[in-house]
Amino acid sequence: MAFRFRIPNIGFRKRMSWSDFTVACIVGVLAGIYTFKPGLQQAKDEIERREALKEIQARRKAEMEQDRPTQTAWLSLFKRIVKNSNTRYSLLWLTGGLLFCLYASDKAVLSQFQLENGTLLGGPVEIPLTVNLRQLNSITNGLAQVQEGAAAVDNNEPVPYSFYIDEIEIKESLEKYFEEQANKQMFEKTLNIVCVPKARFQVIPVERCTATIEGHLEAITVLQFSPNGKLLASGSGDTTVRFWDLNTQTPFDEYGKAHRHWILCLSWAPNGKMVASSCKQGLIGLWIGATGKQHGTKLLSGHRQWINSLSWQPLHLNGSCRLLASGSKDTTIKIWDTHLFKTVFTLSGHTASVTCVKWGGQNLLYSASQDRTIKVWRTTDGVLCRTLEGHAHWVNTLALSTDYVIRTGAYEPSKERASDEYDHLDESTLQTLASERYEKVYKLFDTNGGERLVSGSDDFTLYLWKPETDKKPLARMTGHQQLINDVKFSPDTRLLASASFDKSIKLWSSRTGAFLSTLRGHVQAVYQIAWSADSRLLVSGSADSTLKVWNIEKRCLLFDLPGHADEIYAVDYSPDGQKVASGGKDKVLKLWRR
Amino acid sequence: MPQNEHIELHRKRHGRRFDHYEKQKKKEGRLPHILSKKAQTLRGIKAKLYNKRRQNEKIQMKKTIKSHEEKETKQRQEVPEGALPAYLLDREKQSRAKILSNTIKQKRKEKAGKWDVPIPKVKAVSEAEVFRVVQSGKRRKKAWKRLVTKPCFVGEGFTRKPPKYERFIRPMALRFTKAHVTHPELKATFQLPIIGVKKNPSSPLYTSLGVITKGTVLEVNVSELGMVTQGGKVVWGKYAQVTNHPENDGCINAVLLV
Repeated sequence: MAFRFRIPNIGFRKRMSWSDFTVACIVGVLAGIYTFKPGLQQAKDEIERREALKEIQARRKAEMEQDRPTQTAWLSLFKRIVKNSNTRYSLLWLTGGLLFCLYASDKAVLSQFQLENGTLLGGPVEIPLTVNLRQLNSITNGLAQVQEGAAAVDNNEPVPYSFYIDEIEIKESLEKYFEEQANKQMFEKTLNIVCVPKARFQVIPVERCTATIEGHLEAITVLQFSPNGKLLASGSGDTTVRFWDLNTQTPFDEYGKAHRHWILCLSWAPNGKMVASSCKQGLIGLWIGATGKQHGTKLLSGHRQWINSLSWQPLHLNGSCRLLASGSKDTTIKIWDTHLFKTVFTLSGHTASVTCVKWGGQNLLYSASQDRTIKVWRTTDGVLCRTLEGHAHWVNTLALSTDYVIRTGAYEPSKERASDEYDHLDESTLQTLASERYEKVYKLFDTNGGERLVSGSDDFTLYLWKPETDKKPLARMTGHQQLINDVKFSPDTRLLASASFDKSIKLWSSRTGAFLSTLRGHVQAVYQIAWSADSRLLVSGSADSTLKVWNIEKRCLLFDLPGHADEIYAVDYSPDGQKVASGGKDKVLKLWRR
Repeated sequence: MPQNEHIELHRKRHGRRFDHYEKQKKKEGRLPHILSKKAQTLRGIKAKLYNKRRQNEKIQMKKTIKSHEEKETKQRQEVPEGALPAYLLDREKQSRAKILSNTIKQKRKEKAGKWDVPIPKVKAVSEAEVFRVVQSGKRRKKAWKRLVTKPCFVGEGFTRKPPKYERFIRPMALRFTKAHVTHPELKATFQLPIIGVKKNPSSPLYTSLGVITKGTVLEVNVSELGMVTQGGKVVWGKYAQVTNHPENDGCINAVLLV
């Protein structure tokens, strides 16, 4: 780093006169020339650029109110320069630019940018108070570029960030932030600004119902999109599993007729090829997603009562999608081999019905039960690792922070790829792709990696666990006034949403379990929720027959989607974020798009 | 009536008559004729009683015949209506019509001041049962002291009054501190410490003394169960009602009032 100015005392700085300005220019240029002897030509370019900046600064001073036109010019210039020069120059430019900002403004603050898991982005920098979000974004992008080198940045697209100081978000500019936090010590020490990358793509919210498809003869109980979002499978009380073609919005001809009782649970294999469905008699059926035909001739039997939950082994652990776990009311969990149609392990230990099973990314199986405990099992040999106790009533749902990556497997929704590209890849390639995606999300909480588990229960509270290491919960989240039916982590794992029978949805921070806000609007119990792929939208289905789309950044209701005639039992957001499907007691399936 | 097993012993040692089984079969064959004759010739009250008994027997026979006639193999069962998703299966959902009537009923109850306890009516315990007279004085003529004969609860910092002035004696053997409390929904029983006696339905005197009989409402310490209120505070005291006769059993069984 060339040099770093420390402003020793707070308070107002006098405006720099033009002479001081030119002096500063020359000093900067000289420093540039001095440190980079061979690059004299480039230094001369810099002088020109600084002259240009000087003019822009002058304009800025003249029009204090209107920031935007000058700032965009400044920003575009900044960006162009950052991209063209090599990293050392961009760094110098950063410091130089900041210095000028500094001289031009009244107040400034020394701050240190860092990522969530603690890694620092460069050293401390001085930034003026009037800097707004877009400028902060460009600074962070530049710092990240410097950190990782030019090779790490792909597509040259800037990643949008959101900034937090002490867990409170910076909404418009640093000034506004400090106005609201009047009692905090501002200037004496270095501010730690935590930068959280947001999804690069933005999902357009769904607004209208594009299709109302009949086909089932009884209420639809479960719905799920395939991991690549191209296929949809639904199970209903008329014992059939139907597949729906989303382009023509009609059902397939073949549909699954092998079950004899209500379909309770449905799950797509992470490679998107097979579907497993379970019924109230405790049988599991396997179907091929593309055609709708049954895989094999018989149903997997073994459980003595109905099956509450199904979970496939993640793709990054085994590319062939072979193992499936099922939790049933007869208090046992069975791991099945779907190629051989046999039970591999039977895990017993619970004393009451098992309500939810989740296969974690580290080959651990988490099971929640009505006996108020959550048990962690090792799937390689079927041994119980630990029991997580704490709830006072039935545990209804579980959610893992890596849920979204495990569900989508090798498919990356933000990258536009040909739809059949994944079909040609073989199992090992798919497995490596999936494990790359998984590792990224796994390292988000700590640099060593860690999964987080959230459990929602009938005792109106949620617990946040670190199930791989601790028996004690990290946080207990209270506030709901009725039992909690559904919990989901956002795909970027920052937020948690919980839906409860008290007609509200609560948002929590997944790092600390702190309560963020309540989303009210439904008039009856909220049954299911689903996050969009960019974590900016949440869709919820309730017993009052409406779906609601919520804007998470502003924490308010975006769209109300009425149209169903009776209670909505199942809602799903497609992993590419384009469609929402909902089904319920009125036997019709509705597809919603923009 | 044989007083000993000599008949069975004889049968084991010597066996039965040679034609025993044949005779038994023939007797059974004659039975319908005898029964029908009986049914036709009986008169009066005996006839009525016999007819009633016979009717019940015939109903049972018809049921067994029908079950024998049903096929052994499982038929394809009719799929019941009212399909529910997995998360609603163990929950009883009230029909919407019922909810309205329930709210009205609850409002009426609140006005009347009647509260829902599992055992609403309890036989009142008389004073003669609860107290035994203890005579005092030089000539054992004074009879103003009473000894409590039922289990009771005294608080933690309890110290007796000076024995000379003590009117009600609560013996240490009959003092209980813990109760076995059952959660009605979870069907699990926990041993929880008693915080106090809230109300004894027989008499307010018993409430103030802390006498525990069947139907008494106690306050128990439920911090072990880990329940939490809406505001996030931990619930540590709840009411429970005693369901057994603790003086007979030696322990206090109660059901939690949720």
